[in-house]
Amino acid sequence: MYREEILEHWQNPQNFGVIDNADLVIEQVNPLCGDEVTFYFRFTRGPVSNFPPVSAQSKSKSKSSNKSNHDLRAAGNPSIAVIPRNGQMANGEWLIADVKFSGSGCAISIATASILSENIKNKKISALSKITGQDVLKLIGGEVAPARLKCAFLALEAVRKINNH
Amino acid sequence: MKTGKGKWELVEFKKLRADFPILKRYVNGPSFAKASEGKKPLVYLDSAATSQKPRQVLAVMDEYYSKHNANVHRGIHTLSVEATEMYEGARRKVADFVGVKDPSEIVFVRNATEAINLVAYSWGRQNIKKGDEIVVTIAEHHSNFVPWQQLAFENGAVLKIIPIEKSGELDLVAFRKVITPKTKLVTFFHVSNVLGMINPVADLVKIARKANGKRQMAILVDGAQAIPHMPVDISKLGCDFYVFTGHKMLGPTGIGVLWGKREILELMPPFLFGGEMISKVSVQNSTWNELPWKFEAGTPNIAGAVGLGAAVDYLSKIGMDRVRKHEIELTKYAISELSKIAGVTTYGSNDAKKRGGVISFNVGSSRQARTINYSSSPSNSLGMNFAKRNREVSFIHAHDVASILDSEGVAIRSGHHCAQPLMDFLGISSAARASFYLYNTKEEVDRLVEGVMKVKETFKI
Repeated sequence: MYREEILEHWQNPQNFGVIDNADLVIEQVNPLCGDEVTFYFRFTRGPVSNFPPVSAQSKSKSKSSNKSNHDLRAAGNPSIAVIPRNGQMANGEWLIADVKFSGSGCAISIATASILSENIKNKKISALSKITGQDVLKLIGGEVAPARLKCAFLALEAVRKINNH
Repeated sequence: MKTGKGKWELVEFKKLRADFPILKRYVNGPSFAKASEGKKPLVYLDSAATSQKPRQVLAVMDEYYSKHNANVHRGIHTLSVEATEMYEGARRKVADFVGVKDPSEIVFVRNATEAINLVAYSWGRQNIKKGDEIVVTIAEHHSNFVPWQQLAFENGAVLKIIPIEKSGELDLVAFRKVITPKTKLVTFFHVSNVLGMINPVADLVKIARKANGKRQMAILVDGAQAIPHMPVDISKLGCDFYVFTGHKMLGPTGIGVLWGKREILELMPPFLFGGEMISKVSVQNSTWNELPWKFEAGTPNIAGAVGLGAAVDYLSKIGMDRVRKHEIELTKYAISELSKIAGVTTYGSNDAKKRGGVISFNVGSSRQARTINYSSSPSNSLGMNFAKRNREVSFIHAHDVASILDSEGVAIRSGHHCAQPLMDFLGISSAARASFYLYNTKEEVDRLVEGVMKVKETFKI
């Protein structure tokens, strides 16, 4: 269970931190231990959109002009726009531009969150609901003891909630 | 078991292991596979969560169902009379075991949690009113915290919390101060399920009564971690209620005990209504059965009670003084071995005589074993010292510790141990916990220590 890759991600988690003015913040509690992990998301309009671009909210727009490491923004994609908070996020063309997470947790939950966050960047929101637990286990490279599945699926549970908002 | 007085009867206790079929198990592979197939012999260090059961207890329950099973108290036929005798016989055994003279003060419930809820719902809702004070400690198990917290919310009572010292002992200065003439209920653990610390119950009861004056106040003691592990004579404690559970003392799950003083139990309304608990029912009214059956609505856990009776027989035969001594020795050895490991933090006193066989610890990156001084951190509005949460950062998460120990065959508990207010107080979100019982050995403590070394090796600390 504690493979080198897991330990590496635990020691140096990717996308660990906070996104100020995130479009969506999801707090996820691990029922096994009560540990809390908070996920921050920023969404963008995908480059292959069939829909006319939605204009950004003024506040979010000013934020989006800040220096950021979003690949899409860096590429200067003209169709990028932040989803309005009341927006229909179920629209398949919205992408995850950025994701970060913070909080405390065990090696399994931190490493999984790290690996999953790397993998969902720039993915369609609609595709998130198709990610299964098996996919997550594949991503982290193998089996997890049954008692620890809740830790391994913590990040996935949070990511799945995007579609409820 | 004839051995010299004053010596640790390791060999004698080791013989008891043969009575516990589950201890022959190998884990991390097919059940009962052999060590040669890469499986690890089970080292069960989670008895504070639930104890294992000797074949004597299993046999009695099997015999009850095989030969005597019937409903109790109402039947005229032979089996019903036998079942009733076995059930009530178990009640007498339990009463004797804990120093209670009147068996009708022993109420069978599902577990300690239900016993506490029974008191909170029945006595609490009758006696605790707006503005009254309920006093609990910061180190209670959720089962002795949440029922009172919710009662306070419901009735407008005030919930007051007693902090602990850095030694893990209750803060006696605060204890005296917090209890006032307005206090209607004081409750505390006998032995902490996290720190293992033993409360001086009789002394605390005296202090509480003095601080309260001559008013009507009840004192409830949570003995879930005490009764299984040390001699307890409830009649000498001076409290009003005492609760414990069967499954932590070699008995089956689903059977627990509420003891209460007769005069208090008499005045309490029933908790659950139904069969068995009534005396007479008409369309207009019902009257209640006598103690203890007033509180035992419905068909009780007969086999559970019978199993608990057998567990009490088993423990009595060994002698609780010897059980306690064995656990002190194991705890002493474990604290000494664990504190030799750099980067292991244990909680509570290092004096094994002040604690039960429960050791909570964390494994961290520090090069030196250390004790966290949590009373030096900032105070909150209640005057309690709360440590900063970020101190835990250097610790390996207890679930990771437990997983690696499990892969070595060592079963421990990890997490917040249903004591989140205490974990907040200690400034940690989780801890690993090893707990001992009469069937554990010194060699098993060595396996625990080896497992902790494996944790350090895995996480490269």
